Amino acid sequence: MRSGYGNLTGTREPWSAGVRGCSNEYVNPEQPEPDGPRPQAQDRHPEAAGRPIGRRVLLGTLGLGALGVVTAPTLQRGLEAFLGSAADKDPTGLTGLLPNGGGFRYYSVASSVPHKNAANYRLRIDGLVDRPATYTLNDLRAMPQTRMVKDVQCVTGWRVPDTPFEGVRLSQLLDAAGVRAEGTAIRFSCFDGTYTESLTLDQARRADVLVALRMQDKDIGHSHGGPVRLYVAPMYFYKSAKWLSGITVTKDVQPGYWEDRGYDVDAWVGRSNGRDDDPTS
Amino acid sequence: MTLRADAPPQTHVRRFGRTQRWVHRSTAALMGVCVATAACLYIPEFAELVGRRELVVRIHEWAGLALPAPVLAGLASRAFRADLGFLNRFGPHDRVWLRAALHRDKRRSSRPAGKFNAGQKIYAAWIAGASLAMLGTGLLMWFTHLTPIQWRTSATFVHDWLALTIGIVLAGHIGMALGDPEARRGLRTGLVSKEWADREHSLWRH
Repeated sequence: MRSGYGNLTGTREPWSAGVRGCSNEYVNPEQPEPDGPRPQAQDRHPEAAGRPIGRRVLLGTLGLGALGVVTAPTLQRGLEAFLGSAADKDPTGLTGLLPNGGGFRYYSVASSVPHKNAANYRLRIDGLVDRPATYTLNDLRAMPQTRMVKDVQCVTGWRVPDTPFEGVRLSQLLDAAGVRAEGTAIRFSCFDGTYTESLTLDQARRADVLVALRMQDKDIGHSHGGPVRLYVAPMYFYKSAKWLSGITVTKDVQPGYWEDRGYDVDAWVGRSNGRDDDPTS
Repeated sequence: MTLRADAPPQTHVRRFGRTQRWVHRSTAALMGVCVATAACLYIPEFAELVGRRELVVRIHEWAGLALPAPVLAGLASRAFRADLGFLNRFGPHDRVWLRAALHRDKRRSSRPAGKFNAGQKIYAAWIAGASLAMLGTGLLMWFTHLTPIQWRTSATFVHDWLALTIGIVLAGHIGMALGDPEARRGLRTGLVSKEWADREHSLWRH
């Protein structure tokens, strides 16, 4: 191959001559060719030469990605501040589609979720209680309402500032049902048929834990977990189960849907899941 | 009209062999699955329509993991490696092509190209690097227990923004293909007309 490079290995792609850096790379063209080789094997065709810029672009892109991971906390803060203010003035709602563009995201673990309204919505309270009860939407609306305005923090990073929630304190529903002495925890179930959540009794009795009927001063719509969802202000938002349909007092904490999949059961914002966000409540 | 057997006009040239076409098709299919599942995870309307978040996440993860496989398998083919070599090497004519592209100069003479033009070379290198960056950040998000959670948040940030960028670039890639039936034919059948090859890729020695 070395000696007859110019005329015997015509099937070799010409670009490879530039890649290898063989010692005889530039030797052959100077030797007289005996009988008419392919003429273009000798002139430096534009495609034969060239610098490996493709490889540099590839590695450069990869390197920028790595740099992005390293500098993400700084970049993210800046972008969120910018997009947050842009989203306030954006009538098209397009900024909502940008990553961390401000606003809520729809997560459902079920294939489809039935729609419920005042006619067919029911909230059942049972388990270790003296007086199990079923509430309609109007029953809940008739009870004293509490309104809170706090940030919402998702464990995946997005945060929605100053979001009003309004509803019935969970502690009030628990008191009405009469929790028995052996009950120490709550299990929440949802009418999507899949999602579950849990709280300890002490957590559930906090004043900033609501059975929420309104969010952002509107009745909670279906996509936000309406008509009734849980709102656990001091914890990551996965604790605030959507489409709430059942409150069961139990003997022990039974980890909920995401907690079976690795999330912390005690999901205090800033003090769990390895995150250091500012507390929300 | 009778075709003359003695001097068949060479009307078609081979642009891609079976390997290149298979690699492109499989990569496109996997990328399509990645994009479709990403849309179902990310865009609220689609997320509401599809739900089943866990299943969609699994499909997305495995399609992403498999994305480099066709190219890696293609490396066994000499013809495919040769094409990668063409994509990698930039000659003086590529500088001319890029400058003309920047100035929206559409004249043939100012757009010299070998088997691949400079735009195709940049696209190929960028999408390969970007896909690997997506794979890396995706793995950080997938195997969360291997790294501190701050890494996952940072990886999510890069994954989200790069996904948006890839979506736009990919749309451009598909748009270009839609505008050039002969180029599509090259990837579908492996053959292009000689006239097209001489016009679009004047320096390509086929």
